[in-house]
Amino acid sequence: MNDDLAFRRPELVCPAGTPASLRTAVDAGADAVYCGLQNATNARNFPGLNFSPDELQKSVAYAHARGAKVLLAVNTFPPAGRFRLWQDAIEVAAASAVDAIIVADMGVAAWASRNFPELRLHLSVQAGASSPEAIRFHCEEFGIKRVVLPRILTVAEIAAIHRQIPCEIEAFVFGNIGMMAEGRCSLTNYVTGISTNMDGVCSPAADVRFEEEADGALTSRLGPFVIDRYACGQSGGYPTICKGRYSCAAQAEPYYAFEEPRSLNLSALLPELMRAGVTALKIEGRQRSRAYVKQVVGAFRRAVDEIMAGKQASLANLIALTEGHKETQGAFRSKSWR
Amino acid sequence: MLALPADRLSLVSLLRYFPLPLLQPILSLIGTQVARSQPEIFLRLGPHAQKTFIIDPTDLPFVLLLKPRPDAPALSACRRAEAPPSHARIAGTFLNLFRLIDGSLDGDALFFSRDLRVTGDTEAVVALRNALDDIDGGLVQAVTGSFGPLSPIAAMTVSHFRSLGGRSSHER
Amino acid sequence: MNDARTELTLGPNLFNWAPDRWRDFYFRIADEAPVAAVYLGETICSKRAPLFDEHYEAVAERLRSAGKTVVHSTLGETASQIDRRLVGEVCQRVSELVEANDSSAAYHLRGRQHHIGPLMNVYNEETLRFLAAKGARNICLPAELPFASVGVLCAAAAAEGVTIELQVFGRQSLALSARCYHARAHGRTKDTCRFICDRDADGLTLTTLDGKPFLVVNGIQTLSYEYANLVQEVPALKAAGVARYRLSPHSCDMVQVASAFRDLLDEEIAPPEALARLEALQLGAPFANGFLHGQPGHRWTSAESLI
Repeated sequence: MNDDLAFRRPELVCPAGTPASLRTAVDAGADAVYCGLQNATNARNFPGLNFSPDELQKSVAYAHARGAKVLLAVNTFPPAGRFRLWQDAIEVAAASAVDAIIVADMGVAAWASRNFPELRLHLSVQAGASSPEAIRFHCEEFGIKRVVLPRILTVAEIAAIHRQIPCEIEAFVFGNIGMMAEGRCSLTNYVTGISTNMDGVCSPAADVRFEEEADGALTSRLGPFVIDRYACGQSGGYPTICKGRYSCAAQAEPYYAFEEPRSLNLSALLPELMRAGVTALKIEGRQRSRAYVKQVVGAFRRAVDEIMAGKQASLANLIALTEGHKETQGAFRSKSWR
Repeated sequence: MLALPADRLSLVSLLRYFPLPLLQPILSLIGTQVARSQPEIFLRLGPHAQKTFIIDPTDLPFVLLLKPRPDAPALSACRRAEAPPSHARIAGTFLNLFRLIDGSLDGDALFFSRDLRVTGDTEAVVALRNALDDIDGGLVQAVTGSFGPLSPIAAMTVSHFRSLGGRSSHER
Repeated sequence: MNDARTELTLGPNLFNWAPDRWRDFYFRIADEAPVAAVYLGETICSKRAPLFDEHYEAVAERLRSAGKTVVHSTLGETASQIDRRLVGEVCQRVSELVEANDSSAAYHLRGRQHHIGPLMNVYNEETLRFLAAKGARNICLPAELPFASVGVLCAAAAAEGVTIELQVFGRQSLALSARCYHARAHGRTKDTCRFICDRDADGLTLTTLDGKPFLVVNGIQTLSYEYANLVQEVPALKAAGVARYRLSPHSCDMVQVASAFRDLLDEEIAPPEALARLEALQLGAPFANGFLHGQPGHRWTSAESLI
């Protein structure tokens, strides 16, 4: 198997919603941790989550002392008139000595590269750059050093892209699977008036309601719309619009029109991804708990180390942590997913 | 080493018959100790610190009432039927709630499996969960360390509950 | 800015209509609709594009002869080899105007005059100025921008010699995906779809479990069930400096839609009359204007709440 290992050691990039989570991720073997500030400048702007500038600074010190990097997500789209908040976030990032910022908006990227040319830029999945041309555009215009690829490509397509772009590739390997092209989805705003792109929130908890019925069935709503209903004892999910159940003229029964509630798990494809030129493996879940971070990061740390040692990766069962208790390889295995 | 009772759920059973008047001072102590040692919780809670939460251990005859006011945090117990109006309710077995607060189980995972039920103000519950999850070592450890001379007993009780958690992943 | 000349435009047809119907639709637009510019080209699915090849140049020529500007639109999402080839081909029309709907097209169009479509994310002045420096001359804003931001962008655009365009009629694009939801609804995949999306001239409606019509799927695109209708807001948009008003094609009488908006822009009729004329079309789905008001996009709000 060693002969096939035409790849270098990948960076394991792990989520942190709070300083305690960041320390948990670093201690569990993360090579890099990504996080966000407590406002709309990042795409996980949830209540009680994220870092104050002071917490960020201390967390960077903790990570750096242990050889881990910290990446700050500044990956939402500032609406005209509110750009100052995003400038502040970039200034905080630079002052905190983070190792890179993850950006999506062209204006944010242009401003950062102009004012902080020494600050390393990664292109967020929210930028939706899914072709070599789109990626090259961002590299040439803003000096992007790494692209986080949308979760819509097969491993073969990732390999082809790798040969045509001048930057590193980061790919998601575990966690929530977004069905819609990231950075181009207004579904939440359509239902709640809160924008995923501008406010950094998908399915805001304030608009989520769970109603338990007499028969034990659970109905989930987002704003005024029913998203799904679970029979008594059936595994449930958080009401995100793209994982809801609906009816249409072409289906006899209500069906998951976009995708069933399940999570991405590419642990079985790790060697293929590494061979395709992926140099950073990303775990989703800044909104999840320390328990999740510890378990998932630990499992992927072991798997990557085993692969690098030329062994078969023994993959811990992570299914209990997945949505709907189901997992998928999404688009990565074959085009039939589309 | 704590001598485990033959019935491994007996401590939970004990809680079932624990007189509320005796439980109340312990809960009050937990509330004030956490507020004193972890003030950053209130920053994370933001406006939700003004809300009222009911934590409902469905296998016990009482519910916990949490009012995380920064100036006067209050944790109390009351009979389920006598619970006052609240903004949000988090319900599950005592052990699942314990492991959630202890940081050893993932709240979303419990929720996906429907071992945890959330009703009312979902945003307040998310904020509370995130605030509690930012305590290194977990809330339970932070509390047991603060019991002074009673700390060893508290720690033994906790390790008992943790050992139950390790052996059965889904208490319903 | 009040007296600036306003133009009506017809956005790209998002749906998979039969080629002859597609041709006849545009011939009638050329002959009868008071629109200044027409966006042609497939923005949703690269598999569909060849279906319209046989009529494409004839339609473009008919529109030009009628005095309308033809702009060629590119795909909203570019991932596969076919997608990339299509975007590259459209961008090779170097002597004509092309509208970029993703950064793949922006890559090809750098350094020459071009348009930016609503599927590109232009949310702020910095992005606008960056794209203007790359050659963007007209920018159609994302549907979800609130009115306050539209005003700021109009001011920034004027300084750059860029015009601002906004969709004022038609179902709103809410999301794109790599997966084809039309194919999925019929138990097929994108590769085996056999163009099943041709059955739904205005998209396939999804209804919630309690029977409420909610969303509309169109291939890889998800649209609002409601039709955006900003007649009430047109005076405020004109005052803010929006130069171009986009109508998104549907199977209803688009000549009537265009006439109502043209009369409104010319102040020959007031918003209530324009609204009445659009209501008379009996679209079968309600109107919405929530996004511009900073409200949930599915809502219909009285115009007074605009700041």
